[in-house]
Amino acid sequence: MDNHTLIAIESVSKQYGHARDSVLALRDVSLNIRAGEFLSIIGASGCGKSTLLRMIGDLLAPSAGRIVVNGKSPDAARRARECGIVFQAPTLMEWRNIARNVELPLEVVGAPRAERQQRTRDLLDLIRLRDFAARYPGELSAGMQMQVSIARALAYRPTILLMDEPFGALDEITRERLGRELLEIWARTRVTIVFVTHSVPEAVRLSDRVAVMSPRPGRIERVIEIDLPRPRTPATRELPRYWELLREVRAVLGLNEEQNGVR
Amino acid sequence: MRLPRWVRANIQYLLIPFVLGLFLLLWETLIVVNRYPAFILPTPAQVAESFVEYWQNGIIPRHVSITLFEIGLGFSIAFVFASSVGYLLAKSPLLEKIVSPYLIATQAIPIVAIAPLIIIWINTGSAQNALIAALITFFPMLVNTIVGVRGVRDEYRALLRSYAANRWQVFMKLEVPAALPIFLGGVRVGVTLSVIGVIVAELMWADRGLGFLINFAQGHLDTPLLFATVATLSIMAIVLYLTVVLIEKIILRWRRNVQ
Ligand SMILES: Nc1ncnc2c1ncn2[C@@H]1O[C@H](COP(=O)(O)OP(=O)(O)OP(=O)(O)O)[C@@H](O)[C@H]1O
Ligand SMILES: [Mg+2]
Repeated sequence: MDNHTLIAIESVSKQYGHARDSVLALRDVSLNIRAGEFLSIIGASGCGKSTLLRMIGDLLAPSAGRIVVNGKSPDAARRARECGIVFQAPTLMEWRNIARNVELPLEVVGAPRAERQQRTRDLLDLIRLRDFAARYPGELSAGMQMQVSIARALAYRPTILLMDEPFGALDEITRERLGRELLEIWARTRVTIVFVTHSVPEAVRLSDRVAVMSPRPGRIERVIEIDLPRPRTPATRELPRYWELLREVRAVLGLNEEQNGVR
Repeated sequence: MRLPRWVRANIQYLLIPFVLGLFLLLWETLIVVNRYPAFILPTPAQVAESFVEYWQNGIIPRHVSITLFEIGLGFSIAFVFASSVGYLLAKSPLLEKIVSPYLIATQAIPIVAIAPLIIIWINTGSAQNALIAALITFFPMLVNTIVGVRGVRDEYRALLRSYAANRWQVFMKLEVPAALPIFLGGVRVGVTLSVIGVIVAELMWADRGLGFLINFAQGHLDTPLLFATVATLSIMAIVLYLTVVLIEKIILRWRRNVQ
């Protein structure tokens, strides 16, 4: 483990259930995630992306192998609040208004009231939803709810942001906009992002590296460096290198083969 | 012909006195045509007279306060047990498996059948009536507590786990507010059942309370008083129910703009 590795995943396997009806979700997965990087995990449905993410966040325990998060066990890292988590669904508390949703993690931490409110205002400014502070989640669009969910995950300044298909349920336009905003947030906060997605262009557009997984049992097939210049702009998509990388990721996913062609 | 806007907007409320008036008119007509004596069917005027008389001489208020006290006690007992036991059962599937056959069995026995037994065992007026009310109120509130707490989705639990929230925080910040809408549905049913429980108990055995007053009026063939008591009881039940609905509205006010 070299000194800029933040998360070390060492020969991790995960088996669900027992004996005959057990499922081997992950087999012998190793991956080093660097401090401050934006890493995407991509792969077909059921290849164990969520499982891997949940193990980093200590929502699940590995069956074998070891995970080290910022020098600690996942359990200790969770207690030290190293990770903020964003799920595919915004998972907002519908009985709390937007400001109080963002404030929730700080309440749990026990931050003083004045500090909580200041931090909440800053976070709402960050996602440009200050005007909606007093609204309830049911009054916001799906995209706005997701922004709130991201702001909430950042509330106690975690070192790591774990995102499980956060934009999976959004339309293409909103998805691109939130992707750009996420990059801004990432640049500003220097948080390390582990980002699960199904979308190849999204992974290439946002990431420093893309870990491509294959299913049954889940493995990391390859980790591809995305050596595109930053900041990433719409012009990035004009670069030949962008298309090369797209093709490369698609090739590892097995999407380029002849028989997959549609006439 | 188009009705004015304010009439159309409030049509359901405006219809209440209208229907009531129509009903009283029919009632009066029935008596005038058939010449029923007062002990069979009193006129609305006779009932109103009795109602006012017994409110003014303090007899109805005294029995109302006794009945209300018993309802409050019975409901509170059921509330405390249903919410705490319900929470425990929701959290422990093993406990639920052990306990639920007995709980279901208590529901299979009609409460009126065990009421005499309770009356033999606990011979202190109000307490036994409250207990009978608590017994029929308990179950629906218990079920709603369990359903409410079980309905908290795993992702929300995972979220609080990621904040390293302790049990108390999970309870206060997630389980209670998430279970409240369903739990309060149980409370609404529970209040109505408490009223029924107390009245049934008082009718069977009591020397006080509105149930007793009904028995008393019947024994003396004082049908106007009987009607006046039933009217009092209905008003009381409606007020209780509306109070619960109001409390529910206040607690769940975050729902007002959501749909
Ligand atoms: N709680 C569970 N019990 C049993 N098997 C599970 C459980 N959760 C996941 N699995 C299995 O583990 C495998 C990996 O699941 P996981 O949810 O990690 O996949 P994923 O890559 O996130 O898929 P998706 O892209 O659809 O979200 C799947 O085959 C799934 O059936
Ligand atoms: Mg998943």
